[in-house]
Amino acid sequence: MKKILALVLCLVMVLGFAACGTTNNEDKTLGMSESPLAIPALTVDYELPEDFKIGFICLHDESSTYDLNFINAVLRYQEATGLKNDQVIIKRNIEETEKCYEAAVELVNQGCNIVFANSFGHEPFIAQAAAEYPDVQFCHATGVTAADKGLANFHNAFASIYQGRYLAGLAAGLKLNEMIAEGKITADKAKMGYVGAYTYAEVISGYTSFYLGAKSVCPTVTMDVQFTGSWYDVEAEKNAALNLMSKDCVLISQHADSMGAPGACEENGVPNVSYNGSTYEACPETFIVSSAINWAPYYNYITKCYAEGKDIDTNWCGGIAEGSVVLTGINQDVAAEGTLAAVNDAIAKFKAGTLNVFDTANWTVGDKTLTNEDNANIKDGYFHESEAISAPSFDLRIDGITLLNEKY
Amino acid sequence: MNNVEVTAKKKREPLFHITKRSAIDWKVSIGIRAVAILGALVFMTIVFLFLSDENPFVLYKSMFEGVFGNSMRTWILFSNTAILLGISLALTPAFKMKFWNCGGEGQVIIASLVSAMLMFFVGDSVSYPVLVVLMLVSSLAIGAIWALIPAIFKSKWNTNETLFTLMMNYIAIQCVTYFLKVFGNAQGNQEPMPQFALPKIFGDRYFLNILLIAVICILMFVYLRYSKHGYEISVVGESERTAKYVGINVSKVIIRTMIISGALCGLVGFLLVANGSCAITTTITGGRGFTAILVSWLAKFNPVYMVLTSFLVIFLQQGTSYMGDIYRLDTSMADIFIGVVLLFIIGCEFFINYKINFKKPSKENKEVAK
Repeated sequence: MKKILALVLCLVMVLGFAACGTTNNEDKTLGMSESPLAIPALTVDYELPEDFKIGFICLHDESSTYDLNFINAVLRYQEATGLKNDQVIIKRNIEETEKCYEAAVELVNQGCNIVFANSFGHEPFIAQAAAEYPDVQFCHATGVTAADKGLANFHNAFASIYQGRYLAGLAAGLKLNEMIAEGKITADKAKMGYVGAYTYAEVISGYTSFYLGAKSVCPTVTMDVQFTGSWYDVEAEKNAALNLMSKDCVLISQHADSMGAPGACEENGVPNVSYNGSTYEACPETFIVSSAINWAPYYNYITKCYAEGKDIDTNWCGGIAEGSVVLTGINQDVAAEGTLAAVNDAIAKFKAGTLNVFDTANWTVGDKTLTNEDNANIKDGYFHESEAISAPSFDLRIDGITLLNEKY
Repeated sequence: MNNVEVTAKKKREPLFHITKRSAIDWKVSIGIRAVAILGALVFMTIVFLFLSDENPFVLYKSMFEGVFGNSMRTWILFSNTAILLGISLALTPAFKMKFWNCGGEGQVIIASLVSAMLMFFVGDSVSYPVLVVLMLVSSLAIGAIWALIPAIFKSKWNTNETLFTLMMNYIAIQCVTYFLKVFGNAQGNQEPMPQFALPKIFGDRYFLNILLIAVICILMFVYLRYSKHGYEISVVGESERTAKYVGINVSKVIIRTMIISGALCGLVGFLLVANGSCAITTTITGGRGFTAILVSWLAKFNPVYMVLTSFLVIFLQQGTSYMGDIYRLDTSMADIFIGVVLLFIIGCEFFINYKINFKKPSKENKEVAK
């Protein structure tokens, strides 16, 4: 009797799994679209000496989406240039302490001609090494002091990622419109949530451009922002996302480096606009699109400058034209219909120079449209982002966005 | 009859039995440890063969290159060994007393914070020698205070010192986070102030760490082995009742020892800032306050052995991280390597403390039976 029962149970389970399998297959419909702003191939039109070496200093390792984005760009750059592994040295888990200086000197000792560091807090230590080794070029992502330091071999770089964020925000706004059209929410309830790391310009510029992208198609949108005080804190980011959901945010985006927020969205079925790279594999039910900085064009640029004996720009800011701002494909199972076309349209406007993210006609501070008198970066009717220095500088608190906590 | 008895006895006797060793020849104990390290290497070789495309022996070679490949790497190796040794030495007197001071991390961090704040707030208003003395004295004092608080609670109300010192770590880290908001820049970092660093000896800053900690190592050995205080610490550690019986004031010993322990942590905190980053971050210790617990235990609280154990840990960390970067291994591979080596070394303590007696050949058994 028991044996028969066991057999029946086994059969039930096998059939059950088979049933699951088939329904899953049927559920899969559209999947990811082509990327509207794909990672372009690098043009390597220069000759490098045999003993050329380049070193990269990363704050964490591949488990952080921020560092993974840098490391993946290194690998693409290496493939394009055909450099060998011992010519491209990646040092991971380098803290923002004197360890960073030691790592930079170590790379110089290993024969590197160019040293690149990826984290904001690395900057003073890279500058220190740059002062000591004038024959080596030191390039630092996200930094702000290269112009002030006046060293010929120390450079800052960033990308106009606010344009990518704007495009991602556009996709978010269209999703809100779809929810309104389907009657899931009313227009006045179109509220997004945003998990940010810190309250400084890099994050503020990012979430503001994201919000303006959404607002360009969904005029009633509002947004709550919660900060975590860390670039990588799975629990804090997850809890921030859950808190935003409890405040009726119907769509979440984030500017922090763990899977905390996208994971929480997937668990709760809340659409998510990601950052730094695709989280589609882990979150197929909720992922819409992700913007990212592609660092490979900058690596290629500094290498070309070295090969041709030219000076590297003290402040370099790559945009859509350089291939520095990229988007993943759009998840058509989640995104609203027509998202791809709308994003492509906006990209064309960016390329033509007819679209300014921080056009003062589109945002107010305290119900007032700002002018050059309020902020020196506002000229010709828009805020000139990343022009004086490559790092983002937009740090105004515009109307429509509520900061839930400012302690960071 | 006899035969039946013999078979019965044979069945009952296990394959081996374990006895405690009363004493062990030092040659045998070194031999056992050597076998353990060899075992760890063999184990890791198999892991590397499965999980990496590189030849394991090439990987081992790169570990040595990462540590001894050039003079700077070697200086960093010894300097980091000195720092880790410094914290381990600081924890040791407390451990010998069986006071489980898990607060090395916090005691170091809070002293670093005070040093960095002095640099920031009074650096420009007092002369350089005054600043250095001020930083040193304040670091020792705050480290001692950070250790004193759990010590007082332990001696007065017998609170659990492990939990208490652990909690003090979090308070110290949160203090850093808080004060960085007060005097850090917009991004929450403190700009380094190398103009207030300690003077460089022989062209770099590594030598001073090594020299200072070497002196402290010798002093600590003498203090624990030959001083009256050291004897009192051992007695309290063996048995508090015995200590009371022979007239040792246990509370006094606990408090005095923790002040020494905390002040030494404070000294390391001072070195990390004044002879290191010249700024404070929450990650300034990089978990070394906890690693030091392991280093001290592995060395059985002996300051001389501690030189070896701290060297071993730093050697493995530096070597495996270089190996991982050069051959692009996953960073967790370095952690696995360190974990396996330490596991084998700790595991082999069993064979040093106990002897395994295998079942004797049956022939002998018969003879005994007859």
